[in-house]
Amino acid sequence: MFRSYHDRIKNPRLALAAGIALAVLLQLCGGWIDPYTTQVILFAAINVILAVSLNLVMGETGQFSLCHAAFMGVGAYTSALLTGKALPALMPHLAWTGASWASQLTFLPVLIIAGLIAAFAGLIVGGPSLRLRGDYLAMVTLGFGEIIRVLLQNTNAVGGARGMEGILPATNLFWAIGFAAVTLYSMIALVRSTYGRGFQAVRDDEIAAEAMGINTTRFKVTAFVIGAFFAGVAGALYAHAVEFISPEGFNFLRSFEIIVMVILGGLGRPVGVAVAAILITLLNEWLRDLSQYRMVVYALIIILFMIFRPTESLGSFFRGFLPNLPRRGTRTETKPDKAS
Amino acid sequence: MSAEQSLLEVRNCSLRFGGIAALTDVSIKIEAGELLGLIGPNGAGKTSLFNILTGVYTPTEGEILFEGGHVAGLPSHQINTLGMARTFQNIRLFGSLNVGMNVRTSFIARLRNGLINTVRRGRSFRSEEEEIQEEGHRLLSYFGLEHAALHPSRSLPYGDQRRLEIVRALATKPRLLLLDEPAAGMNPTEKEELKCLIARVRDEFGTAVLLVEHDMKVVMGICERLYVLDQGKVLASGTPAEIRANPKVITAYLGESHGEEVA
Repeated sequence: MFRSYHDRIKNPRLALAAGIALAVLLQLCGGWIDPYTTQVILFAAINVILAVSLNLVMGETGQFSLCHAAFMGVGAYTSALLTGKALPALMPHLAWTGASWASQLTFLPVLIIAGLIAAFAGLIVGGPSLRLRGDYLAMVTLGFGEIIRVLLQNTNAVGGARGMEGILPATNLFWAIGFAAVTLYSMIALVRSTYGRGFQAVRDDEIAAEAMGINTTRFKVTAFVIGAFFAGVAGALYAHAVEFISPEGFNFLRSFEIIVMVILGGLGRPVGVAVAAILITLLNEWLRDLSQYRMVVYALIIILFMIFRPTESLGSFFRGFLPNLPRRGTRTETKPDKAS
Repeated sequence: MSAEQSLLEVRNCSLRFGGIAALTDVSIKIEAGELLGLIGPNGAGKTSLFNILTGVYTPTEGEILFEGGHVAGLPSHQINTLGMARTFQNIRLFGSLNVGMNVRTSFIARLRNGLINTVRRGRSFRSEEEEIQEEGHRLLSYFGLEHAALHPSRSLPYGDQRRLEIVRALATKPRLLLLDEPAAGMNPTEKEELKCLIARVRDEFGTAVLLVEHDMKVVMGICERLYVLDQGKVLASGTPAEIRANPKVITAYLGESHGEEVA
């Protein structure tokens, strides 16, 4: 009994190593995977990064955010400018073709910088707006998302409404899956610790958390900034996977799509959220013909989910079919009162 | 620190919401290790006083000194780290966390390892988690809650939830513990247990306790000194015996024409 409520991750580094090994393996077998499948896997990995990082803000800390796609956009544009303009200008004699060693070597710093710029944007938005709650926070983040989109649309240096094209195809399976593994590991490692329980304390009861010495504003801003960082990285990966970005790709509907993944996966359940992200990516492919009416399908799924399985998440839903799996932890079925 | 300095001193504090005065010119002193009661009829301003002490509200006038430092208007979390912890009238446990984790949240403000170390899970992080674990377990066993460490906090019986709130507050190592109506909703047996528990907290942790309570048996039974609030003002102060005999207090509680004794 003693010590059993300690937060442990079974072999944390091993799990991380397994994720990265999978990334390397898939990258090495890349030649045998057809381009369409590769693209879908890339999208799935990018969506995992987006959804798992939004889960920290929405699921763990209980702050409703409608601008996750905007942070993704900040990261995408930052990285596209870096690889498209800054790097070739600085080192013109190198071959910048995406797959070349020069592109690949500089891609990690590019991803990190894209993440940091997005994190900075997160700090700017989060600082003042996280004093608000529920509906108000949702409105402010929605507004911020639109501001970013409109700014990008009206800046000719980044192509305006036409967007940017000809971005180096530097994203490969290694970077995408590797970063998805790093994100998932970081989020689980962060939350399963005394420090990380602070996020959940803020979600459960802000007044009590304050009274226990937890600086709630700081925790909320931290969650927001970390979430924005990973969204920025995901944006950079996305830009270098599709080779074309436009402001419309980072609008409110994109944010909504990420929110759907988090809700379906189960707020505060990183693994469930990752699974949901993958499933939604596949669903996206199957529903490609429906184009924007996909949103109706998402909304329907959420509504049906709420009617028939209001306290469950994908994880527990599937667990229903496998009755002998032990339930980990003692999480009750309570959901935080999200922007009601 | 001078010898005669009080642990907490409230000097001429007033709290007004527009034209309504919740507190008027309240002055209170708490000495280190003291067990102090705060009573008063409904709406007397007990919770308002609590709220200005713990940073929920800033007093409109007056100052609050904790161990000689000004604390009026500081944010709640900062007041907690200075050494004042509280419980709530309506229990506020972290519902999605289990009992052990509820206690562990109290250590967050004093963590040595930050974000990066937490994610890296280095040696320093692990040894700190072990320490917190042991300390939390010690506190829980001390109050007979160790068997419930893994239970969801909301599944505990009512009395245990109150106890857990006190444990959680104590885990922040306060020098002053503020208890807001801890006996509310308890049955007589639980109230007796609570009295023992509060006395133990004071005797064995050396924590001063400020107790706001309606239940006269509890208050009169364990407090060494009492303050009586009425209509936002300090009506009387003294030992339980003095308060019981004070005609002003009797009037405030029972009205003018009755001469009956309280409690």
